[in-house]
Amino acid sequence: MERLVELPFGKSVEIAYKSIRVRFYRSMITTLSLVLAVAFLCYVQAGNTIAEGVLISGDKSAFTAVMKAGYDVAPGEMSIGGSAKQRWIVVLSLLVCVVGIVNAQLMAVTERFREIGTMKCLGALDRFILRLFILEAAIQGVIGSTIGAFVGAFFALVSSLFVFGTLAFAALPIAKLALIVLAATGVGCLLSMIGVIFPAVKAARMEPVEAMRIEE
Amino acid sequence: MTELHAIIRTTDVVKKFKLGNQELEVLKGISLTITAGRYISIMGPSGSGKSTLFNMIGGLDKPTSGKVFIDEVDIAQLDAYELAWLRCRKIGYIFQTFNLIPVMTALENVTLPMTFAGTGGDESVERGMELLKTVGLAERYNHKPSELSGGQQQRVAVARALANSPAIILADEPTGNLDLTTGEEIIRLLKQMSEERNVTIISATHDIKMLNVSDEVIWIRDGRIDKIEQRHELNISIGTIE
Repeated sequence: MERLVELPFGKSVEIAYKSIRVRFYRSMITTLSLVLAVAFLCYVQAGNTIAEGVLISGDKSAFTAVMKAGYDVAPGEMSIGGSAKQRWIVVLSLLVCVVGIVNAQLMAVTERFREIGTMKCLGALDRFILRLFILEAAIQGVIGSTIGAFVGAFFALVSSLFVFGTLAFAALPIAKLALIVLAATGVGCLLSMIGVIFPAVKAARMEPVEAMRIEE
Repeated sequence: MTELHAIIRTTDVVKKFKLGNQELEVLKGISLTITAGRYISIMGPSGSGKSTLFNMIGGLDKPTSGKVFIDEVDIAQLDAYELAWLRCRKIGYIFQTFNLIPVMTALENVTLPMTFAGTGGDESVERGMELLKTVGLAERYNHKPSELSGGQQQRVAVARALANSPAIILADEPTGNLDLTTGEEIIRLLKQMSEERNVTIISATHDIKMLNVSDEVIWIRDGRIDKIEQRHELNISIGTIE
């Protein structure tokens, strides 16, 4: 005899998507921190890469321009890596972002205790609930990171224009930039999923009794 | 003549809760048998253990000692998958606070248990619409719970409870958040469903209006069964109720 309950993947994506759409403003605020953090990450990386492009272009004023822009390069060097301080600040901003996501998702779980308990009464397994929360975080992660990455890259381009003038476009490393945008998006998605794990596990372990009224 | 079988049976169920250092014994040995196809009300004052007993019977909680049998299956022996199956296919739940999923429309709420049961898209939509029609909400299938009144939400909840044609419906204070007339409507609807579909309905309630339609009333007081009254006894002891 068939004794199983199931939640088809497509259906769980549908439910996750609808949850986000209905709680649009709440989702936007959660995603905003992700957008900003990913934008910052991408901005820093893209800025470095564009400056590197200027350096490599071999233009006579290139070296001085890059030094003036604040990048720490020795004469003859052809690559620009991030300074330790720069890396620190980026990592810190990403950490703050993750903490923000964990907080927001914990709040969401607390708010939705009835919904979770009810679903369990309807027969949902623990891992369905887990899946729903992770999918929601993944969708928010993808959207937020993509926007953030493009915003960051855009601002890097704009500020490079101001700093280097047209030099910036002379040897624009397009391929590398595209890779950076992609990587930043990936990092953002990862952060979103990491942030949701603890709250999602908490939600999945919730007892269905919690959906019932608490008798005072 | 159809053989009556005990759809729910408890033997000496005791439930203790730990409150800080103290242990509170909420259920002090409850043994009862509920036969299939009847409308049972569990009544009792607040704090009597009504909800706790209800949770036991509904497979939502395990007793500290004693056994609960649903369809002659000891629920303490079931694993998470089997419990989920039980809640999905055998039991339908109705709550005081309606507990509809706010992001889904009425139809989606009704078809959600069907999705868990593995029913396909078209069939579930068809059955969902039919159920909504039975409770009188066919035109509101596209509305979200926030766009429905309390009585309408509870009717959607009733339709949802019937989604997988369960053998048992557990209603926890179904009329608690409804006004007099709407409450009566819901009670009438539940009775109608019980008769049409031969579902066992067990409701935990304060509401005296339920007495009218119940086949059997179990009075709980202080964690023990006070008395069990059958329908004909009720009429005599209380007289007519509007």
